[in-house]
Amino acid sequence: MHRQTYLKGMRDGIPVMLGYFVVSITIGIAARGANLTAAQATVMSLTNLTSAGQFASFAIIAAGAPYLELLISQAVINLRYCLMSCALSQKVDRQMPFYHRLIMAFGITDEIFGLAIGQKGKLDPWYMYGAMSVAIPGWTLGTLLGILSTGMLPSSILNAMNMALYGMFIAIFMPAARDNRILLPIIFLSMGASAVFQMLPVFDFISSGMKIIILTLAISFGAAVLFPITEEESETGQQTAGEELGQQTTGEEIGKQAAGEEAGRKEIQP
Amino acid sequence: MKNYMYILVMALTTYFIRVIPLTLLRREITNRTFRSFLTYVPYVTLAVMTFPAILSITEEPWIAWVGFAAAMVLAYNRVSLFIVSLGCCALVLALQML
Repeated sequence: MHRQTYLKGMRDGIPVMLGYFVVSITIGIAARGANLTAAQATVMSLTNLTSAGQFASFAIIAAGAPYLELLISQAVINLRYCLMSCALSQKVDRQMPFYHRLIMAFGITDEIFGLAIGQKGKLDPWYMYGAMSVAIPGWTLGTLLGILSTGMLPSSILNAMNMALYGMFIAIFMPAARDNRILLPIIFLSMGASAVFQMLPVFDFISSGMKIIILTLAISFGAAVLFPITEEESETGQQTAGEELGQQTTGEEIGKQAAGEEAGRKEIQP
Repeated sequence: MKNYMYILVMALTTYFIRVIPLTLLRREITNRTFRSFLTYVPYVTLAVMTFPAILSITEEPWIAWVGFAAAMVLAYNRVSLFIVSLGCCALVLALQML
């Protein structure tokens, strides 16, 4: 029985694997800039599985920054996984053995979460394991290929691969701006503030990792106080994180489904 | 060796972020400001990381600007992640060939 769910997870995970493979090539290329060896970059991808987090880590590692700075930056940049983990905690069977939660947690990424949350009814951990077992090798091997190929590729291709990575970031944060009106100005404000931090020499003493942390905490907190989101908006916010797998229709279905389940759960709760 | 320590710190931090709610959370977070904060963080952090860093990826800034604008418009119109990513990559590659 688990076998079928597992195979379904693998099948659904194949597009994710292909996308990861391509994107992680750029991660491998960027890793070279932080003077990581091919082995180190590969181990990092295998154990971290986080595009934005790994990407931000390169500047921090290259600068030889304190471990605490790396820790805080990863916690902040990957906070969205925390949100997804919250959502998954409501999606699994309460009777499920505890160790499944420990293994599933490792596979929480934007795309795998998107697949998992879109499943009907309670989530079978074996579905996630299926998706993880194809997506994680895709991510890891792409990184290895990327770092090994850096010396061989012309700069125009390296630049374009770099663009692919930023394109992916944009594709994660922009679609939600359509649903939530306040998000668009917040996104532009974040970009503007980031540009100011970058350009003014006054801020040169702050490292690039620290700038990301400070700006994220300050702007998010300010926005949360000034524009607290309603229940409904917060749900769209959470789901859009999983939507970037790109199947627009399923994305909307996921939204409806998850919203329905959320409502159902609230009724049951005392 | 120090690099492996960095990788270990990252891996543990990222795993804790992923595992804690899934293992500990039994009820919903109700504080509205905190929920709002958690919702805004992913968007703000990715926006801050993207801009202005994206502008310096090509030798000629205008090419990066075009790639950036294309990605923003495509993504806002809900074009899929991989197409946005590969599309602006191909665009930037083509413009550099000019």
